[in-house]
Amino acid sequence: MAAPAGSAIDLSAALVLAPAPLADWLVILPVVWCLTSGAVLLMLRKNLHIQPLLAILALAVLVVLDGLLLWRVVDGGPLTMVMGRWLPPFGIAFTADLTGALFALFSALVALAGGVFAVQNIDGSGRRYGFYPFLLLLMAGVSGAFLTGDIFNLYVWFEVLLISSFGLLVLGSEPKQIDGAVKYAFLNLVATTLFLIAVGYLYGLFGTLNMADIAIKAAERRADLPLMTLATLFVLAFGMKAAAFPVNFWLPASYHTPRIVVSALFAGLLTKVGIYSLVRVMVMLFPVEREELSFVIAVAAAATMLLGALGAIGQSDIRRLLGYLVVSGIGVMLAGIAVGGPGVAGAIFYALHSMVVMTALYMASGVAGRLSGTFDLNGAGGLYGRAAYFSALSLILFLSVAGMPPFSGFWPKVMVAKAAIDIGAWWLAGSVLLTGFLTMIAVGRVWALAYWRPSAAPAGEGAGAGAGPGAAVVLPLSALVLVTVLVGLFPDPLLSQIQAAATLLADPSAYVDSVFPHGAR
Amino acid sequence: MEVLFSLLVGVFFAAAIYLMLSKFLVRILLGVAILGNAVNLLLFTSGRILREVPPVIPAGLDRQVAVTANPLPQALILTAIVISFSFFAFLLVLSYRAFQDLGTDNANDMRVAEPVADSAPPTGY
Repeated sequence: MAAPAGSAIDLSAALVLAPAPLADWLVILPVVWCLTSGAVLLMLRKNLHIQPLLAILALAVLVVLDGLLLWRVVDGGPLTMVMGRWLPPFGIAFTADLTGALFALFSALVALAGGVFAVQNIDGSGRRYGFYPFLLLLMAGVSGAFLTGDIFNLYVWFEVLLISSFGLLVLGSEPKQIDGAVKYAFLNLVATTLFLIAVGYLYGLFGTLNMADIAIKAAERRADLPLMTLATLFVLAFGMKAAAFPVNFWLPASYHTPRIVVSALFAGLLTKVGIYSLVRVMVMLFPVEREELSFVIAVAAAATMLLGALGAIGQSDIRRLLGYLVVSGIGVMLAGIAVGGPGVAGAIFYALHSMVVMTALYMASGVAGRLSGTFDLNGAGGLYGRAAYFSALSLILFLSVAGMPPFSGFWPKVMVAKAAIDIGAWWLAGSVLLTGFLTMIAVGRVWALAYWRPSAAPAGEGAGAGAGPGAAVVLPLSALVLVTVLVGLFPDPLLSQIQAAATLLADPSAYVDSVFPHGAR
Repeated sequence: MEVLFSLLVGVFFAAAIYLMLSKFLVRILLGVAILGNAVNLLLFTSGRILREVPPVIPAGLDRQVAVTANPLPQALILTAIVISFSFFAFLLVLSYRAFQDLGTDNANDMRVAEPVADSAPPTGY
């Protein structure tokens, strides 16, 4: 469009000329806020006492931002903002729809709880080596992944959260951590590389990276493009990130090694980013291919959930047991994705539930380990006698993770199982129920041995005996337990939003309209 | 040209996967380095390979005359190179620390986090 010098150039053909409404900045603010506050904390990392305060404040602001974003998305549908004001699909778009906003809000809640829990869990040297900056940068990656509308940008956020997670994982540099980190780092790097390969092929096929644009073009040109290959690559890459069988062995090898709060944050955030991406790509962009692959995903899902639960039964270390429970939960989410339709809502619900409950469970295991001086079920005991309130919180979490009513784990499992029965996949529904049973055995045994059993050591002896858990530990734990109880008792407000989110994923016309207003594309 | 590059990418991937299947960290590291380059070449090839024709529209026209290479995959590669370079640097240091702390570069012998003789959970009170 070269115009002679001096004449007016019609910029509206290439740029968004109207200034973005102030409220639309909410789409990008969570990422900007995390990056900025992470940078500030990095500069202040010698000030060990002011760091936790600032970080908790920053994370609280993040919760507010994500809450406002969710409120706005519920109110007015998906929101889009384009970098550099280039018209989509040329500018990198950030698009928040209900699914992304829900995930972002729950991740911020979990991070805030982790930030408070870390006050006691992370000592001076951990702070000096940058726990809080890493946490904020991790949240920048996680929020970016949930809110971006561009698939290469999604890859970049994956790398941002991955490099921050490396930093968190090796914080402390014990040999055990180095060992876990080697497996975690290599396998996750291979997974993101697979994702990059898929993105490269995708750009080669469609000539665009904007998700809304891909959704349109995939629907139009499905017949003459090798989309099955592409979809399979995405399933493998995201399955590896989400720790689906048989590419899940990095998770039980590493999640029990770092500081407890780091394990808790990883269990709450990282695998769920994989699930979110799987939902976004397979349900929204490639629904027909998801249908074709549904049997493969269903078999992987059943294997993931059952082997995860069996692995949990075989562990004597509470933290390693929880690692296997994370894997087992991923299986239920995959089952929802495999079934499709109402199952997708179940998968999203289960992911949100799992974010809260797995984080809280790791926190509880940290407290339990400190109170009884060991994480080994062979030596633990007497927790109920020492800390009754904490034990009650743990019991609620155990019941919730096994899917017992009236806690939050019950409803998504019902949704996934019902959706599976509705399409005649009785074996998948059976695996979900059997997994619940096996999980109950695993956590029931932790309860019986570590909490209910009288302490082996006489009262007043053993590490940490006498000193109850402090407020910095009980407060975030209680808050997360409150979330699982409230969601379990009153699932309707959340459930209706999740079902709306799943409907929007199945028919992304509102998402597309938000990226390409007035049908322009 | 694209055919040649496709074959080259295939060779790179084969070499990378072969090296990564090894149990020694140094070989896995080399495999990861080659894998990153294989992906970069793949992206590069997907954007057409031509001689140095700048993707600039001549004055007075509204579309390109010459066939040019797509500049976007090259921008993607730049991002991917930076990322894979920083990751490789981290992995290099991590592997060296693993060798120092664990006394081995054999992944099969790295059993500190998951001990071989791990005690079974108790079966009763």
